[in-house]
Amino acid sequence: MIAVRGLLKSYGGRVVLDGIDLDVPAGSIFALLGPNGAGKTTTVNILTTLVRPDAGHLRVAGADPVTDPDAVRRAIGVTGQFAAVDGLLTGTENLILMADLHHLGRREGRRRATELIAQFDLTDAANRPAATYSGGMRRRLDIAMGLVATPRIVFLDEPTTGLDPRARRAVWDTVRALAAAGVTILLTTQYLEEADQLADRIAVLHAGRIVASGTPAELKRLVPGGHVTLTFLDTADVTTAARALDLGAPGDGLTLDVPSDGSVHSLRTLLATLDSTGVQIDGLSVHTPDLDDVFLALTAKEPVP
Amino acid sequence: MTSLAYAVRDSNTMLRRNLRHLLRYPSLTLMLAALPIIFMLLFVFVFGATLGAGLGGTRADYLDFVVPGILMLTIGSGATGVALSVATDMTEGIVARFRTMAIARVSILTGHVLGSIIQTFIGLALVLAVALAIGYRPTANPLAWLGFVALAAVVTFAFTWLGVALGMVAKTVEEASNTPMPLTFLPFLGSGFVPTGTMPAGLRQFADYQPFTPFMEAMRAALHGSAPATHDLLWSLAWCTVIALGGYLWARRSYNKL
Repeated sequence: MIAVRGLLKSYGGRVVLDGIDLDVPAGSIFALLGPNGAGKTTTVNILTTLVRPDAGHLRVAGADPVTDPDAVRRAIGVTGQFAAVDGLLTGTENLILMADLHHLGRREGRRRATELIAQFDLTDAANRPAATYSGGMRRRLDIAMGLVATPRIVFLDEPTTGLDPRARRAVWDTVRALAAAGVTILLTTQYLEEADQLADRIAVLHAGRIVASGTPAELKRLVPGGHVTLTFLDTADVTTAARALDLGAPGDGLTLDVPSDGSVHSLRTLLATLDSTGVQIDGLSVHTPDLDDVFLALTAKEPVP
Repeated sequence: MTSLAYAVRDSNTMLRRNLRHLLRYPSLTLMLAALPIIFMLLFVFVFGATLGAGLGGTRADYLDFVVPGILMLTIGSGATGVALSVATDMTEGIVARFRTMAIARVSILTGHVLGSIIQTFIGLALVLAVALAIGYRPTANPLAWLGFVALAAVVTFAFTWLGVALGMVAKTVEEASNTPMPLTFLPFLGSGFVPTGTMPAGLRQFADYQPFTPFMEAMRAALHGSAPATHDLLWSLAWCTVIALGGYLWARRSYNKL
């Protein structure tokens, strides 16, 4: 649905995108993950026809955003980084404005507006100017406005930045529902949890380059770090346990980190081994690598060995 | 539908959006009309007797003289208003959204222009109402009124495009409220408030040939029920063409450059 090869863009000699390749299959959720200034918004702006690339081969819904922007525009819905709603119009009027600009016709436009107002839980606020909405409501209206013409591809640029946890979850549910309905979604985020929760595939963008891509599970495998932390009551037990688990000399503390994939099977084996030595375990916690580990490792200033 | 039909339809949608803004935010229209009204009251009641005597008459004669200048101020004020609303649109995300949609690109500009012309005409009506309330008695017949409205429409159209361009190139809303300032200043350096014949050489030539003077002279004649001088009409149309075309091209260029 979206294919990008060798995308380059620089602003006044400063390279923003340095040869990006992306593939987003139809009906999937793709997350572009990266810190501020990585080039996420520039990528979205180029794919949504707002900005011209310097070089690269692009296909969005089968059309080239540079040579045939209107074909791309007819297939996409865009929700940018800053809420693009008309504050002086009510929620319903904002949606009808979109319907009119998509030439849906008066009756169909009203029907679609009513439907989206209900779907996005804005019924109580439908007839209030959007300027009076809370951040979460503005975001929901903003996303709804991008969906009026039932686009095949939806771009969401940092859809949950600045939202409280409840509003963030509401946006996630919306994204999942869209994907379930067969819409292709490209979203950008700087939250790893968000990419992990939503995306089928993730590309990590750092300083204009894709430094890693794959499914959330594949990315997590890139970074070791799964372990079980054991807490003991006295240092003698720590030493005994370390010897039994073949871990070498432990530190001075009362805890011991044991490499583990965190599965029930490996925990059982671990506990059986410890039981056989007779040590007293005070506490146990399991750490699986999360995308934070991946993200920090991949976007570190110095390359990770 | 042809692309022209789409452009008309999208412009109409954008116009409806801007008219809703006028209704929701009437204080902007009132503020734009307030400036010329305050100037009119100031000039008529504070300076009017002295300036009227300078014209060889009374305060009432000065009111009669100054109204076209005040109307021109109102049109300049309207250009400031459209610059403000365009700049507000540009600094918010909504225009970026429009640009990702398959709509006639010019419609966002034409919607603003048509909306602003209506806003300026509301302002002109308010100013004329206050003028009538304080004793202004134009002697125009219906045909001359029609001529006045047509002329005001052409001049407003031209200055609105200039205002759209100024709003488009402004980086902030504050900048957009400042750059159209000369438009509210220039009527003073023309035949709006005193006859140009009383001005020193240099300033007088500037006043005679700057765009506002032929507009104000032609309006003054129309409101008096007489036919405007041909050269005032020709100069008016020539200036309007230059200003409208220049504003349109400038606005379109900076819009497409985004």
